[in-house]
Amino acid sequence: MSALLNYIWAGLIIISVICAVVTGRVPQLSAAVMSGASGAVELIIAMTGMMCAWTGLMKIADEGGITRILSKLLRPVMRRLFPDYEEESPAIKAICMNITANFLGLGNAATPMGIAAMKEMAKRNPTQTADNSMAMFVVISAASIPLIPTFMGTLRAKYGSPAPFDILPAVWLTSVCSLVVGITVAKLLEGRSSG
Amino acid sequence: MDKLGAYAIPTTVFLIVLFGLMRGVPLFDTFVAGAKEGFSSTISILPSLIGLMMAVAMLNASGALDILSSMLSPVAEFLGLPPQVMPLMLIKPISGSGSTAVLAQIFQDCGTESFAGRVASVMSGSTETTFYAIAVYFGAVGIKKTRHTIPAAVTADFTAFVVSALSVRLFFQ
Repeated sequence: MSALLNYIWAGLIIISVICAVVTGRVPQLSAAVMSGASGAVELIIAMTGMMCAWTGLMKIADEGGITRILSKLLRPVMRRLFPDYEEESPAIKAICMNITANFLGLGNAATPMGIAAMKEMAKRNPTQTADNSMAMFVVISAASIPLIPTFMGTLRAKYGSPAPFDILPAVWLTSVCSLVVGITVAKLLEGRSSG
Repeated sequence: MDKLGAYAIPTTVFLIVLFGLMRGVPLFDTFVAGAKEGFSSTISILPSLIGLMMAVAMLNASGALDILSSMLSPVAEFLGLPPQVMPLMLIKPISGSGSTAVLAQIFQDCGTESFAGRVASVMSGSTETTFYAIAVYFGAVGIKKTRHTIPAAVTADFTAFVVSALSVRLFFQ
């Protein structure tokens, strides 16, 4: 994946330089090199306060056991999507912890839990080909987003939005549609695709 | 309905503190420990963000971003999306910092409360860095053949992109 990003990044820069020469916008281009780089630093400085406040609050919720409580509630639902596993199995537990952590915006905690879930599933399927449960898990995990996308809200505030979180209902509606479609397509394709 | 969004943050903060109090969490110490983690993870994205914001700023200044958007505008029109968000649609599944750079550029050019700014916000809030997640999770257990994972995950992302414009219209117009 990082290989792909290498090509994309190089492509963006090469195309920009060629395009600027052709359209005669070289002075703007050289200004952009500096403003883009320093803009990133300004952005991070402006956003760090809010991001830290948020991760601090979420740490309180996590220490209080919110992730465990919510992930327990999720198990009966997930059991239906992962028929290969029992409700009390370590795989289902790890899957639910990952999804809950994603939902709460605990990104740093979610990834290790997701990897733990994959390792549990790999015990049942030690091959190099994904089974249905693995595919379903990765689809759900890649489509599940935080209840409150703090980073995006903070970015909107930084660019002068008077109500940075007024788009949340639209985000929630969109996420639910996307998740339902992802799960449905994964289920439909299960029988058709083979290793 | 947009009032719901305005209440989301204060309500969440209130509930978290109340919950922590009830569960006997050492509130301030835990907050500080969490803020410290947030600090290091926010700072850790800075180098890649510098690289990608530089590239996107160059793409914008050279006029290539406009050309890309106008080339994709028939597709955008077909999908009911503002043309400015098309570059975001291309980068979002691949790179988190890249999509931040493109989102910041859209906010700067169109404003956060424009149709394009709102659709871009919803798109970026409702999708993940899909290919990164696929690479990390399958990479961790040495899976080479991912079968139907990518078609299903990409369909989910595509749904989010198209629905984001519909839901912005629904909630704001």
